[in-house]
Amino acid sequence: MPILRARALALLLAALASGPALAGDRPDPADWPAVEASARGQQVWFHAWGGDPRRNDYIAWAADEVEARYGVKVTQVKLADTGEAVARVAAEKAAGRDTGGAVDLVWINGPNFAAMKEGGLLFGPWAEDLPNWRHVDVAGKPTVVNDFTVPTEGLEAPWGMAQIVFYHDTARLPEPPRSIAALGTWAAAHPGRSTYPQPPDFLGLTFLKQAAFALVPDTAALQEPVDEARYAELTRPLWAWLDGLAPDLWRGGRAYPLTGTALKQLMADGEIDLAFSFNQSEASAAIANGELPDTVRSYVLEGGTIGNANFVAIPFNAAAKEGAMVFANFLISPEAQARAQDPAVLGNFTVLDIASLAPEDRARFEAIDLGPATLSPEALGRSLPEPHPSWMERLSRDWSSRYGVGE
Amino acid sequence: MPERPGLLALAPAVTLGLIALPVLAGLAGTILPGLGLAPALGGTRLDLAPWAALLATPGLWRSAALSLGTGLAATVVSLALTTLILAAWHGTRPFRLIERALSPLLSVPHAAAAFGLAFLIAPSGWAVRAVSPWATGWQTPPDWLLPGDPLGLSLIAGLAAKEVPFLLLMSLAALPQADAARARRAALTLGYGPSTAWLKAVFPRIYPQIRLPVFAVLAFSLANVETALILGPSTPATLAVRLTQWMRDPDLALWLKAAAGATLQLGLVLAALALWRLAEAAATRLGRAWITRGTRHPRDRLPRAAGALAAALATLPMLAGLASLAVWSVAGLWSFPDALPASLTLRAWSRAAPELAGAALTTLGIAAGATALSLALVLACLENATRRGRGAGRALLALLYLPLVVPQVAFLFGLQILGLMAGLDGGPLAVTLAHTVFVLPYVYLSLAEPWAALDPRLAAAAATLGAPPGRIFRRVRLPMMLRPILTAAAVGLAVSIGLYLPTLLIGAGRVATLTTEAVALASGGDRRLIGTWALVQAALPFAGFALALGLPALLWRNRRAMRPAR
Repeated sequence: MPILRARALALLLAALASGPALAGDRPDPADWPAVEASARGQQVWFHAWGGDPRRNDYIAWAADEVEARYGVKVTQVKLADTGEAVARVAAEKAAGRDTGGAVDLVWINGPNFAAMKEGGLLFGPWAEDLPNWRHVDVAGKPTVVNDFTVPTEGLEAPWGMAQIVFYHDTARLPEPPRSIAALGTWAAAHPGRSTYPQPPDFLGLTFLKQAAFALVPDTAALQEPVDEARYAELTRPLWAWLDGLAPDLWRGGRAYPLTGTALKQLMADGEIDLAFSFNQSEASAAIANGELPDTVRSYVLEGGTIGNANFVAIPFNAAAKEGAMVFANFLISPEAQARAQDPAVLGNFTVLDIASLAPEDRARFEAIDLGPATLSPEALGRSLPEPHPSWMERLSRDWSSRYGVGE
Repeated sequence: MPERPGLLALAPAVTLGLIALPVLAGLAGTILPGLGLAPALGGTRLDLAPWAALLATPGLWRSAALSLGTGLAATVVSLALTTLILAAWHGTRPFRLIERALSPLLSVPHAAAAFGLAFLIAPSGWAVRAVSPWATGWQTPPDWLLPGDPLGLSLIAGLAAKEVPFLLLMSLAALPQADAARARRAALTLGYGPSTAWLKAVFPRIYPQIRLPVFAVLAFSLANVETALILGPSTPATLAVRLTQWMRDPDLALWLKAAAGATLQLGLVLAALALWRLAEAAATRLGRAWITRGTRHPRDRLPRAAGALAAALATLPMLAGLASLAVWSVAGLWSFPDALPASLTLRAWSRAAPELAGAALTTLGIAAGATALSLALVLACLENATRRGRGAGRALLALLYLPLVVPQVAFLFGLQILGLMAGLDGGPLAVTLAHTVFVLPYVYLSLAEPWAALDPRLAAAAATLGAPPGRIFRRVRLPMMLRPILTAAAVGLAVSIGLYLPTLLIGAGRVATLTTEAVALASGGDRRLIGTWALVQAALPFAGFALALGLPALLWRNRRAMRPAR
């Protein structure tokens, strides 16, 4: 088990570290008034990927509100990659720093969460004790408590829904392919006009998983950890399809864009005719920003696209756990959620059950203008559940040895 | 400080401790886990599993070969272009143009330079847009594999474009000490063509002085991450890029493999340096034979044309790339094949403005602190060596180059653990110290050879006139060294401003500099924002280089021999 070996390393390094390990302070999330009282005056370092300026602006807004209302100062540490924060906490654990850690709150999901949970790097449970938790749509959006099938067990709080949406420029491509099979046929007829981000990029791997849903004979197996005995047989049709697709991709499949934003840039540069994103309103936002022409429209594949939730989690050794909880609670307030859903701000769909809200809060959501290229929640349909994180790791490894080494 | 020899004698030890210890400790913290070794537990059981995992990685050798090939090629190209430019144009009027272009080129951060170049040469880039559709007929861009070509040619070009200005700057700092002007004049009098005179009489004096910078270029080209990520091939990428990906993986087991990989990266750098030394020996023999043959090449037009071409190649693409970033920073919708944006907007600037100011101040404070500390220590070391006779601590000081030769990824993780254990992390002070580890070697690199080449008779004359050592230092050596010192300071500032990983790891992400913010934004790949931050990021070191090149000219306007050799 790789994780076990890493734990052994952590132990060895911890042994190198001198000084007694102090017991971590453990606030009680159920006693909310006490949490708010201790939070006042705290400084929260919120580690969150910083590549999306609109999300940075949204976080800055939420930080200002929380400082004004609760006296908690929140500063975003802009990461180039979420793995940096995971590595940071693991390094602190290795060095025996059990209190006063550098990370108070981190934006994670999927494999990063699985790794931190497995490594005992998280504080909690706390999320389900947040006062605003009562409006979270656990029944209608089961992914808010199952992060890539891994039960969150109150160790992280959801703060936005994500779902794969495809987008195309109607001026160049009026009728886009609406299924994985059709995408293959279309690409063969239009070589060089489509691609996907190179795994291990998150969005690129999601594309592989989306294809897997259409091609793997037994999709229920995707919800379980990878079964090595059946893996080859299950994924054979997927690799066959990808083998056929590769030469028809942009650059003949000899290079790939590195990130989702790079994919959008290729669309803007007219190098490809089809792109996709995890942000339901990316196309609308890009049009408003002057990055894409106003002829771009979004759609989802027949049979649905993969959806998941974004979470925030508190490391085991966070210095300002109370402040982090207060901030997380604000992030799932109807006010903050409605603002996040506005494509003019962020366009990130809510984790709340809108029907359960008070009328004035419901009105906030009803007032949102989704923009020219954003699908309504109805048009988005029900999303496909994320496969178990082990699929991401396994597909990533195989993709790299098949297409990532230039053989 | 220089007056007290007792303190002065400690300088090499202090400097070494500050620089070499963190690197060695960090290195141990990286190499040992790769071998499964942990002496603290009394366990010395060798476990080669991480190495086995590394060696089983598909495409590993392709990545390693790519790193080695592009690193060596970029160094050869950089040195060749630098030499051609100097041989053909040094001492002429057009050379001042090149000198003026130096500061902006030096101050552009690597990532920004790479982004600019990528946009220039891509099939949907500026070059193609300029001639489309009227000349090419293209309404959609062609599907060429560029940048990111499998041989790494665009990567080599991107690296060389950044390294030629660095080598030129190092050569300019070395020229006055090499007595270049007189040597060249003597050769001209003997009937050699101007370029030939430079190559035969000056280059053999310059090269030993810029050898260490050349080594630094080689090590950097081989192990850099940002440029290779943007311009290099991705299937597979260079070893350094893949290492960084493994280190960022949530699967913590990949770190052990990354540790083994970092050790391999170190081996590659050492192998490349050894290869370079061999090539040096061969080149010396050939060059000596060519020089002693005494051929005059009195009308050497070809080198001059080649030098002009070299200067154009080294400067124009970068300047154009930089211009494209500036345009992007104010661009509205800019679709292919429009040569210019359809609309202009200041949105990216107004969005960045509130954070820019704070980040710029932090960046400048840290850079100034690290550079000042580095300059003080380096001057103390050099002065100590001068007073105690050559060689004092020199062998030890070779260890100073560790941070330049050892790839950053190979020791920073171990260093981070060390910092955590010492409770030394999170603050601007810790970051300043960490920056000093990287800044000091460059400062030493820029100063050591010019210092050593200073004519000792000047100090002897001053001593004969009764000046004590402290006064000789202040009144003779420091003023004589003003230009190299300012150059060293400018290089130090630029190095500090550009540091990403050390700032992030040691600062716990809490110290937000222009570079950490720019890299985080660049991970999104938004050209407008990259343009905004890159321009500001380049503006700070630009001011430094402009001062370093301009101030001596101003101060020494009435000291003919102190002006840069013309």
